[in-house]
Amino acid sequence: MTSYLASGRSLRSWLVTKDHKRIGILFLIATTLALVLGGVFALLIRIELLTPEPSVFDALDYNRSFTHHGVVMVFLFMVPVIPTVFGNFFLPMMLGAPDVALPRLNLASFYVYCLGATILLLSLWFGGVDTGWTFYAPYATTSPTAVATAVFGVFVVGISSILTGLNFIVTVHTMRAKGMRWFRMPLFVWAIYATAIIQVLATPVLGLSLLLVGADHAFGMGVFDPALGGDPILFQHLFWFYSHPAVYIMILPAMGVVSEVVCTFSHNRPASYRAIAISSIGIAFIGFLTWGHHMFVSGMSMLDVGAFGILSMFVAIFSAIKVFTWTATLYRGRITFNAPMLYFFGFMFLFVFGGMTGVAVATSSLDIHWHDTYFVVAHFHFIMVGGTLTMFLAACHYWFPKMFGRRYPEKWALIGAVAVILGFVFTFTPQFLLGNAGMPRRYHTYVPEYQWLNVMSTAGATILALGLVVTLVYLVHSIFRGEKAGDNPWDSRGYEWLAPTPPPTHNFHTPLVIARGPYDFHCPERP
Amino acid sequence: MNDWLRRLLFLPEQASTIARDMDSLHYFVIIVTMVGATAVAAFTLIFIVRFAAHKHREKSAAPDVRHGYTHGGIPVWLELFVFGGLLSLFILWWVIGFRQYARFVEPPPNTLQIYVTGKQWMWTFAYPNGAASNGILYVPAGRPVTLVMTSRDVIHSFFVPDFRVKRDVVPGRATTVWFEAPAAGRHHIFCTELCGVGHSTMRGEVVVLAAEEYERQLEGLERVDLGDPRASSLAAAGERVAARRGCMRCHTADGTPHIGPTFAGLYGATIPLEGGQSVIADVQYLTSSMMDPAAQLHRGFLAVMPSYQGLLSAAEVGGLVEYIRSLRDVQRAEPQSPAPQRTDVPIVTPLQPEERR
Repeated sequence: MTSYLASGRSLRSWLVTKDHKRIGILFLIATTLALVLGGVFALLIRIELLTPEPSVFDALDYNRSFTHHGVVMVFLFMVPVIPTVFGNFFLPMMLGAPDVALPRLNLASFYVYCLGATILLLSLWFGGVDTGWTFYAPYATTSPTAVATAVFGVFVVGISSILTGLNFIVTVHTMRAKGMRWFRMPLFVWAIYATAIIQVLATPVLGLSLLLVGADHAFGMGVFDPALGGDPILFQHLFWFYSHPAVYIMILPAMGVVSEVVCTFSHNRPASYRAIAISSIGIAFIGFLTWGHHMFVSGMSMLDVGAFGILSMFVAIFSAIKVFTWTATLYRGRITFNAPMLYFFGFMFLFVFGGMTGVAVATSSLDIHWHDTYFVVAHFHFIMVGGTLTMFLAACHYWFPKMFGRRYPEKWALIGAVAVILGFVFTFTPQFLLGNAGMPRRYHTYVPEYQWLNVMSTAGATILALGLVVTLVYLVHSIFRGEKAGDNPWDSRGYEWLAPTPPPTHNFHTPLVIARGPYDFHCPERP
Repeated sequence: MNDWLRRLLFLPEQASTIARDMDSLHYFVIIVTMVGATAVAAFTLIFIVRFAAHKHREKSAAPDVRHGYTHGGIPVWLELFVFGGLLSLFILWWVIGFRQYARFVEPPPNTLQIYVTGKQWMWTFAYPNGAASNGILYVPAGRPVTLVMTSRDVIHSFFVPDFRVKRDVVPGRATTVWFEAPAAGRHHIFCTELCGVGHSTMRGEVVVLAAEEYERQLEGLERVDLGDPRASSLAAAGERVAARRGCMRCHTADGTPHIGPTFAGLYGATIPLEGGQSVIADVQYLTSSMMDPAAQLHRGFLAVMPSYQGLLSAAEVGGLVEYIRSLRDVQRAEPQSPAPQRTDVPIVTPLQPEERR
């Protein structure tokens, strides 16, 4: 049987495909472009901040740069990337299914994403947005830039996110192979499932709040503008009701990748399968109840501050359970070391540091000093970049042989990983210190005593960018020229590795019957 | 130790009475964070090296059959120890942090009140004696100061890193921040909420002066421009504002209720609200009642007052609040007669501001 790559080589066969794997590849191309674009904006920010006074940009262009960086990275890369690329490609295979439950909806989700991204990017190109990715009213409703069309673009991208989430929920419930009990599902599936629940429940709130901001901006409706009787704090509540769970939309799939990588390369069962699976659901649930910790200095009641503070501590406990379980999984394993493991090692440091600084900023009195400074910027980049980006890269390497039937060059991969992790640490550690020193975020100019830390941060960003470029180059090269890979090069027990490499259109030649767990390394690969 | 850690972490000088307490918790939390992240990374590295596949003696074609399910799960005592320990630690931070938060946010009684306006892109300050300044805030050393802040346009945020204080400045609301600076000195003010192209230039300075120097400095400042350069205090200026803006057409200063509640004895009184609740008439209540009068309506009065949002400058708001505060000891009569019928109510409109910018 021909592989999914070879079944139809015309452009049209790709653009109208209903194969979840091809849709995954389409999303891979689209989200990688978003990553490159967002990265360019990031470098523009870092270049401007080399000097305390304006150098390359005026203030408006600078404000546009960080807004575009945030909007592109969050809505076009971080939120969709792992579910739409690896979720699409591997979730059905991990369930032993021939495809997702709703293949047409899956393709629709891709085109809705493209439509939303196009609206968003056009509005960024013509006019731009300078409100920050948070669109806080009433600045956003009075800003002279193209706020209304941009938030409409985000709204459309949100629809794509909901469609994908819905599709995954239905797929997990209805498409599991014979013998696939809930607690035999790979942990990546649990993570994607928990993510999908958040996507479906939280995204509508964001969509509607952003539409209201757009209506305020375009028609002066005044929902959030106090000059017209509206309430700006209401917007913050609505915005963070989505955008805090959105953090878990970004990190939960990454945690799923961690679970797969750590079990495969240590050839060991997870120290506690149930702890990892259930904590994913726990994060999804408690994650809905912590949004207020973004507003400790906005003027909330004392009761709210206390309640949101303690709930934020609970959500951290679930993440701690996962970290502990991953570390314990290594214990007495039979560990092979490849690029995904190096990313895993980087992840463990960055995620724990980023997560613990999250507990730190959730400590209400400390947040008074750190709120809206570079400390917060560094904290969420540690979580988002250190968590999601490293695991996106780990996933690219881990599943590369299965996706393309070829190997990536191990030596280059290790060099790239070292550059990414070190560059990352050099970029954001100075930003923690800048935040401590009191430098507010979103500052075009700053007082001179902050300069040398900013220069260090820019140097780190350069190394990070170089690492990413190297990685992109050898991965694209390997797609076409890499050494041929076997069916299961890592000796994994994941069900997706039972499929031929690269998989045929409907994944498995004969329907799978699951008789062992996905991490049963004491069992032979094929029972 | 304190100073060494402070410099290591790049924290600015501790120029307020709360800064040192906050920093102590900061050190605790950050040191645990660094140790925790390093420990996890170290364990990961040790395990990766110690349990590397090539160290296993048996090298045969089918290692997985022999090498099986090894650790048998995590022992329960270890699980309980780790999670119990972490949870206790986090809850401890929450308890300390929340207690500190309450102390840092609630102003002590009898502070000096200064009225702050944020607008794109400058800070203005109005002092109780009627003086005003732009960009530079003068405060006396060794005396707690409460800033009553509001915004004329978008959300700003008032941040003094050296004092470890920050509070959003929201249009249509009054928010407060308080601090006490023990010694004379100069400190940065930053706006930390994105407010447009001038955001990063919306900086200012707090100048802490010894008490007598502070008084002298205020004498030298220009008066608040409330239309009366001769007003001897902010309260006196506020009285004129009340007359000019038409407040006294519905409110009184002698204790008799009119269309609106009397100003006499209002400040600090417990106000019964429509709907059965009650509220203390403090700065926040008075200010938000000027901006959104119907939100917390005094029981027994009709919702006829228009919003003064955007029509009053912060200095005018401050003047009115100070004026109402100066009437706190005047006896007030409780409203006896039922509220006047709607048809009796004269149409009230706020005067258009002459100087709305």
